[in-house]
Amino acid sequence: MGCENIEFDQGWGEMEKGIEKLKRILAGEKETPFTSREYMTLYTTIYNMCNQKAPHDYSEQLYDKYKETLDEYITSIILPSLKDKHDEFMLRELVERWLNHKIMFIIQRSVPALNEVGTTCFLNLVYEDVHPTIKDIVLSLIDKEREGEQIDRALLKNALDIFVEMGGGQMNRYQDDFEAPFLQETSNYFSRKASKWIEEASCPDYLLKSEECLKKEVDKVSNYLHSSTETKLIEKVQHELLVVYVNQLLEKEDSGIKVLFRDDKVDDLSRTYRVYNKISQGLDLVANVFKQHVTIEGTAFVQQAEEAASNQASNTPGGHEQVLVKNILELHDNYMTYLNSCFQNHNLFHKALKEAFEVFCNKNVYGSPSAEILASFADHILRKGGSEKLSDEVIEETLEKMALSTVVKLLQYVIDKDVFAEFYRKKLARRLLFDRGTNDDQERSILSKLKQQFGAPLTSKMEGMVTDVVLAKENQSSYQEYLRNNPDVHPGLDFTVTVLTTGFWPSYKSFDLSLPPEMVKCVEVFKGFYGTKTKHRKLTWIYSLGTSHINGKFEPKPIELIVSTHQAAVLLLFNASERLSYSEIVAQLNLAHDDLIRLLHSLSCAKYKILNKEPSSRSISQSDSFKFNPNFTDKMRRIKVPLPPVDERKKVIEDVDKDRPYAIDAAIVRIMKSRKVMTHQQLISETIEQLSRMFKVCLEISNIKSIKKRIEDLITRDYMERDRDNSHMFRYLA
Amino acid sequence: MLLFVSVSSKAKIKGLEKIDRLFNTYANSSFGMIDPEGIEALCSDLGVDYTDVRILMLAWKLKAEKQGYFTQDEWQTGLKALGVDSLSKLKKALSDLEKEVEKPSNYEDFYTYAFRYCLTEEKQKSVDIESICELLNLVLGVQFRPQIDSLIEYLKVQNDYKVINSDQWINFLRFCKEISFPDLENYDAIQAWPLILDNYVEWMREKHS
Repeated sequence: MGCENIEFDQGWGEMEKGIEKLKRILAGEKETPFTSREYMTLYTTIYNMCNQKAPHDYSEQLYDKYKETLDEYITSIILPSLKDKHDEFMLRELVERWLNHKIMFIIQRSVPALNEVGTTCFLNLVYEDVHPTIKDIVLSLIDKEREGEQIDRALLKNALDIFVEMGGGQMNRYQDDFEAPFLQETSNYFSRKASKWIEEASCPDYLLKSEECLKKEVDKVSNYLHSSTETKLIEKVQHELLVVYVNQLLEKEDSGIKVLFRDDKVDDLSRTYRVYNKISQGLDLVANVFKQHVTIEGTAFVQQAEEAASNQASNTPGGHEQVLVKNILELHDNYMTYLNSCFQNHNLFHKALKEAFEVFCNKNVYGSPSAEILASFADHILRKGGSEKLSDEVIEETLEKMALSTVVKLLQYVIDKDVFAEFYRKKLARRLLFDRGTNDDQERSILSKLKQQFGAPLTSKMEGMVTDVVLAKENQSSYQEYLRNNPDVHPGLDFTVTVLTTGFWPSYKSFDLSLPPEMVKCVEVFKGFYGTKTKHRKLTWIYSLGTSHINGKFEPKPIELIVSTHQAAVLLLFNASERLSYSEIVAQLNLAHDDLIRLLHSLSCAKYKILNKEPSSRSISQSDSFKFNPNFTDKMRRIKVPLPPVDERKKVIEDVDKDRPYAIDAAIVRIMKSRKVMTHQQLISETIEQLSRMFKVCLEISNIKSIKKRIEDLITRDYMERDRDNSHMFRYLA
Repeated sequence: MLLFVSVSSKAKIKGLEKIDRLFNTYANSSFGMIDPEGIEALCSDLGVDYTDVRILMLAWKLKAEKQGYFTQDEWQTGLKALGVDSLSKLKKALSDLEKEVEKPSNYEDFYTYAFRYCLTEEKQKSVDIESICELLNLVLGVQFRPQIDSLIEYLKVQNDYKVINSDQWINFLRFCKEISFPDLENYDAIQAWPLILDNYVEWMREKHS
């Protein structure tokens, strides 16, 4: 070759020859392919022309000339060939032309700048002109595929590659000219489909269709869309199909969630979870529908119970309560199973379930707070607990155990747990004092379950009550022994005393009842005995809790009457007088009118007419008179004359309200005692946390004030002090 | 050696003698200590009012345990600490005492002492509102006039509290020092302030709304 400079015209002449040859090849004309030698010559020529020393470096002229040639080629050959085609054919033409065009670059490889010229020319002259049309063609092909038709996927891929390559390293042409319109079109397409399917398809079918669509769309990505489109595409499809219509879908009357639950469609429910799990915050949507569904079901049970109560149709008192609790428990167990099997135990659903239950587990039923209902439920079971068991003891016991753990389970949803505790305590007191053969083990077992779940403060008093009763039995043996050792003080009556520790038991009014003399003696004797055991205790007698056995010498036959001590006091008055007026009875007994009316009613107007009332109306008035009824009889030799209990509901709620400040105190002391030093903030939040296990209390100003008040009181009483240097820290004083 | 010791101890004894003589001028002989009457007399000789805050400061310096009484021990220790042994010297020392109390290191101690000094009964933990208002005025009135006036007004009209405990007392000072007045902008009831101050701030905010 030598070091001779190549002149421009000469060099360009070589190039032109090569380009013409190439054009002919591309046009499909008969032409021999380039030989390696020919390629080599071309490369070297260009290379030299660009790297010669000035004034013979021709890169700029080469550049211009080349661009001119390309422009001419594109305008005269390529564009016309594109413009006269449509649809798929146009696409095909474009792809082919581009691929060919890229071949041209081979010539330019030695000079990078020329490489870009090729792309730029194509971009400016061809792409800018045709890309909207191309985009439309591509979109319509995609939609065709969505409708089920077969399309040339390879062609699409090549076409879309052009969009990418036109960006020259950036994705902006692909994104702006194709992807954005594509996503819009996708949204529109699936929005139309969704609005149709939501009317026609059942919920499970709709979900199936959606799953399928999503699979197919993802498929597109691996086949012809650029991978960067995947996330955006999926998001759009999910939004149109699953998010927009989620409520309509899941709340479908005949096939929605509530039906799926009703018909136990585990697969469909699992599919629902699976599909929505893939959507960001999709599960929130499902959990919300789930929560509403559960709330509606639970509330319906409460409504039923409310109606049953107001109809008083059932003669089992509290029958509707039993049914309600059983229904709610079944509901709970049912949905917990679904949580496990279909919803992967996801805590969003646990939370939804909890919130739903908290709604209806705190509704009153016919004036009765849910806390009371639950306590009555437990009471009902425990009262049966000791009595004669039916044939299958084992089953009976298991059922009872399950029922009792029901109480513990449902109590977690009741907000005012201390109200429950108080009702429970009152009923426990009645069971312990009046029921024969209470099942101590069962009583203790449920108390320990409650303690485990909700903490000792809830159950400590009740445990004390059970202990008291056990101790009372021991005490009674000592008393019997005392009587044996001191036969002269024997009162002449069988007398059993249960000593109750005041703090544990509910508070009872103690009346200054004038006892019949026989009983007075008993009391005195016992006092004497008790004094030998302990010196520093004061006994307060609650006669309203006592039971007496009285022999009634009626003419037909003698009958043993089991009555309350108050009732006995009334009856025994008639040993001394044949006839007594209401006012005389009041004077002799020293009871309040409300109580006396109840007593007299139970003895003269209820099931057993042991006293005759004049006039014999159905209710007691203060002008009535009473006589012993010598003709009273019953087929049994021993009867229990019931005294209906006073409605304790109002008192319970009052008592609980009164107790709450002490509960706050106790909580603060407990916390300070164990932690010794705490900041004000910590103390407040921990106290509230502990208290909310017992009743509803949240972090708000009024509660903070209550707690501050208790803190103040505890500081004054030297239980704690404020740190001298850190005014927001408190220290426990032992 | 011995000579020096005896001279200095003689001086000491002489000093003590003067202090004791001064003590005896005011002491009630049957109790062996200065009682309220004696203090009144002392005050009039010093030319200050019985209720003057400087007397309270004197009590603080003497570390007097019981309000209205100075024991001989307290008197001796206190006057020695002041470096005085005569009435005229004591009079002068009183103004120095004011400056000493105002030192930040002493002030809180004095402030706390002022409350304790009012606990006259055995096992008494709190002081009645009337006395607290007077004490606040006496102790903080000069330095924090607007706050104290407003606070006293509130204490007299509210009826949640009939007495104030030491924790509330110490927080009154903290309130004056830390909270901007009268806007009370930086007061936050959620923090560890005693409830009585929460109520006071609420009352103030309502008044000015």
